[in-house]
Amino acid sequence: MGNVIEARGLLKLYGSQRAVDAIDLDIHRGEIFGLLGPNGAGKTTTILMMLGLTEISGGSVQVLGFNPVSEPLEVKRRVGYLPDSVGFYDHMTARENLQYTARLLDIPRSQAGRRIMEALESVKLADVAGKRVATFSRGMRQRLGIAEIVMKQAEVAILDEPTSGLDPHATFELLEMIRGLRRAGVAVLLSSHLLDRVQSVCDRVALFNKGKIALMGTVVELANQVLGAGHPFLVEAQGTDVAVALRGVEGVQTVVPEGEGAWRVMADRDVRAAAAQRIVSAGGSLTRLADLQPSLEEVYTRYFQEARHAA
Amino acid sequence: MPRSAARTGSPFTGLGPVFMKELSDHLSSVRMLVLTLFVIVFGALPVGFALQDLRNVVVSDPYLFLRIFTVTPERVGLSFILALNFIIPLMAIGLGFDSVNSEFNRRTLSRVLSQPIYRDALLLGKFLGGLVTLAVALVALWLIVLGSGLLLLGLPPRGVEVARGVGFLIVAIAYGGVWLAVAMLFSVIFRSTATSALCALGLWLFFFILWPMIASAITIGFAPAQVTSIDQYVAIQELGLALQRLSPGTLFSEAVVGLLNPETRTLGFMLPQQMRGAIPEAPLPLDQSLILIWPQLTGLIASMIVLFAVAYIVFQREEVRA
Ligand SMILES: Nc1ncnc2c1ncn2[C@@H]1O[C@H](COP(=O)(O)OP(=O)(O)OP(=O)(O)O)[C@@H](O)[C@H]1O
Ligand SMILES: [Mg+2]
Repeated sequence: MGNVIEARGLLKLYGSQRAVDAIDLDIHRGEIFGLLGPNGAGKTTTILMMLGLTEISGGSVQVLGFNPVSEPLEVKRRVGYLPDSVGFYDHMTARENLQYTARLLDIPRSQAGRRIMEALESVKLADVAGKRVATFSRGMRQRLGIAEIVMKQAEVAILDEPTSGLDPHATFELLEMIRGLRRAGVAVLLSSHLLDRVQSVCDRVALFNKGKIALMGTVVELANQVLGAGHPFLVEAQGTDVAVALRGVEGVQTVVPEGEGAWRVMADRDVRAAAAQRIVSAGGSLTRLADLQPSLEEVYTRYFQEARHAA
Repeated sequence: MPRSAARTGSPFTGLGPVFMKELSDHLSSVRMLVLTLFVIVFGALPVGFALQDLRNVVVSDPYLFLRIFTVTPERVGLSFILALNFIIPLMAIGLGFDSVNSEFNRRTLSRVLSQPIYRDALLLGKFLGGLVTLAVALVALWLIVLGSGLLLLGLPPRGVEVARGVGFLIVAIAYGGVWLAVAMLFSVIFRSTATSALCALGLWLFFFILWPMIASAITIGFAPAQVTSIDQYVAIQELGLALQRLSPGTLFSEAVVGLLNPETRTLGFMLPQQMRGAIPEAPLPLDQSLILIWPQLTGLIASMIVLFAVAYIVFQREEVRA
């Protein structure tokens, strides 16, 4: 498979401040990788260094085998970039904007028209292709940015805060388009501080904090690391105290009430069947028994709480 | 962008598309329309009056056509070349003051720079786009002047007059290039387009209004209380002239006068006894006039290149993000 991006000891200094502090990062071919972290953590800086858009203070980075410092054109030919709050030329139409990019990319005229229309179709902007971008909503601009990457036939897409400022529906649509990029074999690197939204699309994530990568791996791996291994689930039942009923069930670690008639159970293995049996035999009527996916939000909050405590 | 590391790939990659886009943006913009109107009004006025005056000239003048450009009409007190001396900077500033910072403010800069293009090419494309736009406007104006001269004077210009006119156009474009480079430099330095416009216009006013005064004040300051020799006198005059020539407007007007007034034999300071030897009113041949104005023209072009280089260096160090 191989890596599309490899950073080793990548460092960025602003004066004496370490905006990016010697990070190691590998992005695999065909995966969606999330760069997560609070404001000012160094996500954008990392991205700009990968594109050769800002100087590197130390370490190295390879993108598709090219060095963005000495071979920026090769990198930029193959990598699509959606900056945070992307801008287009307002006085030009969506199609004209992409035509300009196509000319910068030196795409032959004979192909450009078709590729632009296909790209606009893939982000559902084909019917407004002839409209001036000035009339576009934020979500439409963001999608136009994705269309640019599709038209470019990029091997790697780097998206900086692609969902920020979008409503839930627009976010959902955009994430679907990002999945579409992966289906087309594009490796995607996206940055965000909106964890729950990003969680669903990322194969792997890296948690940034103060220029360092605090944690890296799949969401489940991170959850195990930070929240501890375990199988949390939610119980809703009437007619019995679940905390009492589950006492003595093998594997159950904690039972915490979560509002009226709801409990949150933590176990070291999947004990749902046994738990259901206990509750029913204790005379309770079980209304809900749901496996709780570990949430990145939780991992994140917990991690930074602990980091603060440690500090 | 890294400056130290050796780069690969042509620095001109992407120059063509940027140039074409800038050109078509300029030519179709409302701003260009306003600037053109401005130029026509300010250019037409002196030309119109000059033509009226020239129609009454009885003595045959071999360079009658060139007088349209240079003569100061009795009723407006403004010759065409003087009008151009201050319109051209204004046009150039109008075309260039927001060329880089507007991309930044519209947040198109990082998206464009993430395409395979170096910053050199982006800046150069923008500069050439502006310069060609300026050239188109000046050529159009020049043709209008030539055409109206043809109609109202009823005689065609001679070949040598056309040649001198073309030389004048080249000088005018170089002069515009200097101010375009000034405007672009400010557009690179300042993120706010208003600040950049203000600075460029401020510099323009400075050179037009304050600099002549400052230059003569400095000259007087350096002059001894009693001028005792001719050498001393010449030295003082030359200092004044050298200071004046720091203003691109001075270089422009000297070069233009040298080209359009074939009688001009020297652009520097001349003592009366030097003049005595020369035959007054005898026009110089074109090649002699060209040699005469050569330093002025190269001065303009050199300052344009230097200003562009400074803009490039500043741009290279700039962060692309907001
Ligand atoms: N031009 C600059 N000069 C000095 N410091 C800078 C500059 N740009 C960024 N920084 C600093 O670098 C750090 C990392 O910034 P960066 O923009 O990479 O963070 P981020 O993770 O993208 O944050 P956000 O979520 O707000 O976009 C910040 O502390 C910021 O203050
Ligand atoms: Mg950022």
